[in-house]
Amino acid sequence: MNETFQLAALHPILPEIGLAAGALVLLAIGAIYGARSLGFVTGVSVLLLVVVGFLVATMPLAGSAMGGSFIADDFSRFMKILVLAGSALAIVLSRGFLHGEPRRLFEFPILILLATAGMMIMVSAGDLIALYLGFELMSLSLYVVAAIDRDNARSTEAGLKYFVLGALSSGMLLYGASLIYGFTGTVSFTGIAKAAAGGGIGVTFGLVFIFAGLCFKVSAVPFHMWTPDVYEGAPTPVTAFFAAAPKVAAMALFVRVAITAFPTVTDQWQQIVVFVSIASMALGSFAAIGQRNIKRLMAYSSIGHMGFALVGLAAGTPEGVQGVLIYMAIYMAMTLGTFACILAMRLGGANVENISDLAGLSRTHPTLAFLFAMLLFSLAGIPPLAGFFAKFYVFLAAINAHLFTLAVLGVLCSVVGAYYYLLIIKAIYFDDPAPAFGPMHADLRLVLAITSVVVLLFFVYPGPLVDAAAAAAKSLF
Amino acid sequence: MASWPILSITTFLPLVGALFVMALNGETEAGKRNARWVALWTTIVTLAVSLVMLPKFDPSVADFQFVEKQPWLAGTIVYHMGVDGISLPFVMLTTALMPFCILASWRSVQSRVKEYMAAFLFLETLMVGTFSALDLVLFYLFFEGGLIPMFLIIGVWGGPRRVYASFKFFLYTLLGSVLMLLAIMAMYWAAGTTDIPTLLNFKFSHSLQVWAWFAFLASFAVKMPMWPVHTWLPDAHVEAPTAGSVVLAAILLKMGGYGFLRFSLPMFPEASVEFAPLIFALSVVAIIYTSLVAMMQEDMKKLIAYSSVAHMGFVTMGIFAITTQGVAGGIFQMISHGIVSGALFLCVGVIYDRMHTREIAAYGGLVNRMPLYAVTFLIFTLANVGLPGTSGFVGEFLTLIGTFKVNTWVGTLATIGVILSACYALWLYRKIVFGPLVKPSLASIRDMSVREIFIFVPLIVLTILFGVYPKPVLDMSAASVNALIDNMQQAVAQKTAANVK
Repeated sequence: MNETFQLAALHPILPEIGLAAGALVLLAIGAIYGARSLGFVTGVSVLLLVVVGFLVATMPLAGSAMGGSFIADDFSRFMKILVLAGSALAIVLSRGFLHGEPRRLFEFPILILLATAGMMIMVSAGDLIALYLGFELMSLSLYVVAAIDRDNARSTEAGLKYFVLGALSSGMLLYGASLIYGFTGTVSFTGIAKAAAGGGIGVTFGLVFIFAGLCFKVSAVPFHMWTPDVYEGAPTPVTAFFAAAPKVAAMALFVRVAITAFPTVTDQWQQIVVFVSIASMALGSFAAIGQRNIKRLMAYSSIGHMGFALVGLAAGTPEGVQGVLIYMAIYMAMTLGTFACILAMRLGGANVENISDLAGLSRTHPTLAFLFAMLLFSLAGIPPLAGFFAKFYVFLAAINAHLFTLAVLGVLCSVVGAYYYLLIIKAIYFDDPAPAFGPMHADLRLVLAITSVVVLLFFVYPGPLVDAAAAAAKSLF
Repeated sequence: MASWPILSITTFLPLVGALFVMALNGETEAGKRNARWVALWTTIVTLAVSLVMLPKFDPSVADFQFVEKQPWLAGTIVYHMGVDGISLPFVMLTTALMPFCILASWRSVQSRVKEYMAAFLFLETLMVGTFSALDLVLFYLFFEGGLIPMFLIIGVWGGPRRVYASFKFFLYTLLGSVLMLLAIMAMYWAAGTTDIPTLLNFKFSHSLQVWAWFAFLASFAVKMPMWPVHTWLPDAHVEAPTAGSVVLAAILLKMGGYGFLRFSLPMFPEASVEFAPLIFALSVVAIIYTSLVAMMQEDMKKLIAYSSVAHMGFVTMGIFAITTQGVAGGIFQMISHGIVSGALFLCVGVIYDRMHTREIAAYGGLVNRMPLYAVTFLIFTLANVGLPGTSGFVGEFLTLIGTFKVNTWVGTLATIGVILSACYALWLYRKIVFGPLVKPSLASIRDMSVREIFIFVPLIVLTILFGVYPKPVLDMSAASVNALIDNMQQAVAQKTAANVK
């Protein structure tokens, strides 16, 4: 073998390498200087994510690397920028929490960096090996992050629960992958697409198991059980992170596997996605109504939103994928903005989490209340806010694919879902004031400002996101 | 053709005002005063800008005028605005009534004035936009967006059961609208565009027409509101602050009728003809049943709310008669009802501000202390009844004529509603205004202030003017209405011809 190792062949994967190397350097710095380095590590982490994001955005798309395991196309670029933005904003959101704690955990931003590297590999995966590699790098980092508040019983419980169920889902995914490999004789997505053309019981089984593993990560029904407990138990900045970037990455992987590896058996997986989508929308809408804890409510809300995003995937068309991409971008902005508001719910130095604590917020913090209400209206999908356009594009695709039952059930669920968002707005605007929260941290203001601009003004200039998503979707077909 | 975008200015000027009001300091007395004045001037300037359109509007042309087009959502969905003879009256109604809404809230709203005024201005932008949007998605954006400010207006400044009323309003309307949204998407895929002028000439397949017609009905029937989905209206009216009730009755309800005229009739002509009997049945039930219900009310606002449902029954009946008189009467009835019902809610607001109760039994003999008020209230009560010489008569008369030509039974039954409306309206008037003034709480009630007189005089003038000289409104819409009826008859004739072959 006289094939020589060529650095140029690694060109597409340079951003990931840079991110991972940066994380390791920061880890060394943290290990040497301990808690004192927290500020430095946090700042450099955000900077690193921004630089990598810039790299991803500007680098010419070099096709694939490592014999097709790693793909850099418009789709991966779109999703990576989302993931990086989500992680960077999540680190910014966590600053108040990290600096306020006695332990000052410098590991937190580094774990997020590693998880982000995993997510980027997931987004770019071109075969089952890369898929699993990225998946596990992300998952293992997330398990630790969930339990990061290690003296807190709830956080530890959340981490453990997430780990046990996550390991199970990884197992299912791996089992599905091995079945697919056994029946098609290849791990590459394009190869599977060719070999699976005839269908067959083995491919179907493998498909179901792989989808089960992916559903777990996007927390779609019936693999959603961990979500409310982990969201509630984990420290709020961690929850904010969980709700944003990993969801985007897992959804990206879901879309890529479905569209590039199984385009020949679309009718096999379409019915699965339709069912999962309806179940998620329905459960997300109805189960959230009874919640009093806002983090738990956001967990059910995110389950519902994943159901809506899957409506686009169920269509299985370029328009559908475009819808998913737009949905995830807007969902991420809304979620991070909402969590910035939730993190601002501080009474006497401690975070509070009940919806009733928000009573009369419009009197005590008018601006925060207004932006919070707008984010909630947006989550409910009321025009002219961004959340409406997210739903608009996925349902547009579903109608085009003649999935009328799915579309009708979906919009009905969105009406039910509107009810619980209205309950929060009722507390904020209609109820008499509860004790006022403390002043809002500057970091939270920054995140809230960025996300509010996206949510409030998306309708003015929707072109760039819509066009980018269309281009990204096209690259998969 | 105006070289500057006059429609966009009319639409977004209130939004600019709203942003300005939001920037004020609402805590101080000076801030509250400034918020009121800024809001008032914004609405007056908006009215002035919209009045500029009137002389430039050519009523002999059925096409859209003052058209603006800008690329917007990627692809074929564009920012497209314009008005024709059907939409311009509603735009004018909106801009004309808003200053009165602001004035009516001058004293009665004392808490969170800044937010209140901003919500109203934001609502004005959305309402004008609804009537002038020429793209279905843009229309939906304005149509649905109105839920947010109205929800807050009812919920924050409303009465004791405001939470229930605001939720009911929001969820009812949303439920109807999302089905319409799906129909809009189906139309997009069938026609390749959501541009309204293009869709007006597009022939949809029969099955799509039927489904889309029902989906649009779901939305507009709730908004209108038609029996049996009208139950949110009395609740919303009773709990909303006076100006909120005025906007609701005078303008928001008209969006349903406007929707029927703009979308259901011209885009789904076959389905409209096919299901007109259904609308007739619902309208007749609305006219008779809700009139009877109105007679039993103990709350003034509730009574007027039910009377609104009955009057909207005339509108739907006239529209779906699909005759020139019926449709023109429907438009006229909506404009007239906008002025009259708005004025009636303002009348209720006048005594509510003094006594803080809307119970009919709490009043009586007001004529002794409030002669000016008695006259004002009488004029609008009679206009509501449809007395000849008031604007209410022209609308009811035209819709009835239009319907008689098509279906005598429906016309006859609806005429009973005219008698019933006289029963409940005059009964309300007698209970409140006539009789001896025996209630001690009313002994010191004062007649209308200068501000209140100033609110009512223009409305009285308009009511009587349109009653004796309805030509301006009818002329404005005539060309568009004729074109609408012609197109429909052609489409239906083609269909029957095709069936005969």
